[in-house]
Amino acid sequence: MLAYIATRVGRAIFTISLVLTFSFTILAATGDPALLIMSVDAPPEAIEAFRERYGLDASVWQQYIGYLGNLLQGNFGQSLRDGRDAWDVVVERIPLTLALTVPAFLLKIGIGIPAGIYAALHRNSFLDRLVMMISVAGYTVPSFVLGLILILVFAVNLGVLPSGGQDTWRHAILPIVTLGTAGAAIIARYTRSAMLEVLGQPYIRTARAKGVPWPKAVRRHALPNAAIPTLTVVGLMVGSLIAGAVVVESVFSWPGVGRLLISAVANRDLMIVQAILLLVAVCMVTSNLLVDIAYGLIDPRLRGRSGSRKT
Amino acid sequence: MREPLVRINGLTIDFDTGQSNVRALHGFDLQIEKGEAVGIVGESGSGKSITWLGALGLLGPRARVAGSVRLDGREILGLGEREMAAIRGKRVAMIFQDPTSSLNPVHRIGRQLVESLVLHRGMSARSASAEARRLLERVQIAAAAQRLSEYPHELSGGMNQRVMIAMALAGEPDLLIADEPTTALDVTIQAQILEVLKEMRRETGMGLVIISHDLGIVAELADRVVVMYAGRPVETAPVSRIFDAPRHPYTRGLLAALPEIDGALERLVAIPGQVPEPHKLPPGCPFAPRCAQANANVCDETVPTMRAIAQDHAAACALIHTAKPEALRSLELA
Ligand SMILES: Nc1ncnc2c1ncn2[C@@H]1O[C@H](COP(=O)(O)OP(=O)(O)OP(=O)(O)O)[C@@H](O)[C@H]1O
Ligand code: SF4
Ligand SMILES: [Mg+2]
Repeated sequence: MLAYIATRVGRAIFTISLVLTFSFTILAATGDPALLIMSVDAPPEAIEAFRERYGLDASVWQQYIGYLGNLLQGNFGQSLRDGRDAWDVVVERIPLTLALTVPAFLLKIGIGIPAGIYAALHRNSFLDRLVMMISVAGYTVPSFVLGLILILVFAVNLGVLPSGGQDTWRHAILPIVTLGTAGAAIIARYTRSAMLEVLGQPYIRTARAKGVPWPKAVRRHALPNAAIPTLTVVGLMVGSLIAGAVVVESVFSWPGVGRLLISAVANRDLMIVQAILLLVAVCMVTSNLLVDIAYGLIDPRLRGRSGSRKT
Repeated sequence: MREPLVRINGLTIDFDTGQSNVRALHGFDLQIEKGEAVGIVGESGSGKSITWLGALGLLGPRARVAGSVRLDGREILGLGEREMAAIRGKRVAMIFQDPTSSLNPVHRIGRQLVESLVLHRGMSARSASAEARRLLERVQIAAAAQRLSEYPHELSGGMNQRVMIAMALAGEPDLLIADEPTTALDVTIQAQILEVLKEMRRETGMGLVIISHDLGIVAELADRVVVMYAGRPVETAPVSRIFDAPRHPYTRGLLAALPEIDGALERLVAIPGQVPEPHKLPPGCPFAPRCAQANANVCDETVPTMRAIAQDHAAACALIHTAKPEALRSLELA
């Protein structure tokens, strides 16, 4: 198990360094931020000074090395817009985004998993078909469309909820529902098919043949095994808690990390974009790592021949 | 009259495939005495597995099982899930063809054995785990204590089948249904597993239903054989009689396909063609399309039913019963 975890951690670090290099390269290649930030008719000396101040006059390679060095010291550079520390700018948005994504995540799990299990256990029943129909609708409708529909119904027509902003908790309801719906639909589908797959396995028949009553066979032999594939999607959703709300934040004018990213990209605010990308990458890679470790804990086949308790 | 251990009468199984209803088992009758070993033989698709899965209520919700299955005289068909669960594993245990996928991959061997012991013998987890080890030793698994903490993927197929047998023994059942227990295993391992089954029967006196497409395997373990074809029994007799005086053309075909035990280079004569699927049965005798003796006048008219030929011997072939006594005698001598 230790070797298993060590490999996964190594792979995670490798992935993060790849992301770092990649994002830096792409953004460095997209244009000279100095020309974008300063007005067109700024005097050349001012542009020079700007470049010098932000280290933009060094070679790309030196910038990269310097950037990595800074990262190791926890220095993510300054926003090209207002000179504030890039990390501070990003961090202050995180709670706002989490205020949407965490409740939405709970909604996805709380609805998606039970609905998927129910549908699988009552395959082809009326409710199974209903759940699957809602689920198809839930994940084929893009979230900005769903968001706009919800705004039309609840904000414009019924006038019961605000359409945008973040002043009260009521402002969060529509974005959370929008985020949660698609996720719940996806989780329900995954859970259902994972359960159906497991319920068809010979060891479920064995469990029943040895006298385990059906409800117990489901709890003891089907659910843990079906959790393995379901974990993959759930893990992806955990990884996107911080940056998974870009579209919804825009639709509902919610000033979270997602909207910061969009404006930073539009402004070529290099340091902010990098800080966000790095944050996202770390979240994704970490949640992947956690999922991998959870796999290893649940499924002994992945741990390799020598199980943790052996030898 | 004493009740047999198991008495199956007119068992039928239909599958609801959504649009249509297909009958896969067309009336199965069998009695098994306490401690008796019965072999069920037939090619793939002849209905061997569904008969027993159906009898134990292990077919899915799309299967409609009708008729009668009595255990010690008590009707068990249509019992609720709780009552059936109390019978499964405790009175009647079942093992399957692919032992490795028949065990839960994420539970340790010990845990799976203990589960049965706690269910059927009301043991505490502690004493159950000691008993689990004894069970593994009984099926001749070496290093039993260590195996308890291993997972099915760490054991060979033969070893896992021994675990399945040990698990079946946990409930001290009166009847073990072994559905092709050696089909997925190497020949040498097959022989070992058959040996374990024999040994366990000697030790416990439990009855056995051995399902196989191989008459040779059945002959090793069973007292009596039921030959099945396309969802029907077509011949039943004591093992020796099946080998010495087979009457149904299908049984003869199966025998001809057996390799000679003494190693002579006998040509294997497999029966040409295959078992018709349940929704494509011919109108008369289901074996007619493949039967060398088929006679269009008799065989395509009605489905022959099982009729007694001698004490303990019955077959379902129109020719046997329409044949004149002399012809019958010559058949018997053949
Ligand atoms: N769930 C099901 N739905 C529809 N038909 C089924 C189902 N299970 C089995 N059948 C049909 O019932 C027939 C008998 O199947 P069964 O599994 O009993 O055959 P078998 O004699 O055990 O063959 P094998 O040697 O391959 O195990 C087959 O034709 C099969 O197509
Ligand atoms: S009834 Fe006819 S077709 Fe069927 S087994 Fe007998 S001889 Fe062959
Ligand atoms: Mg079978």
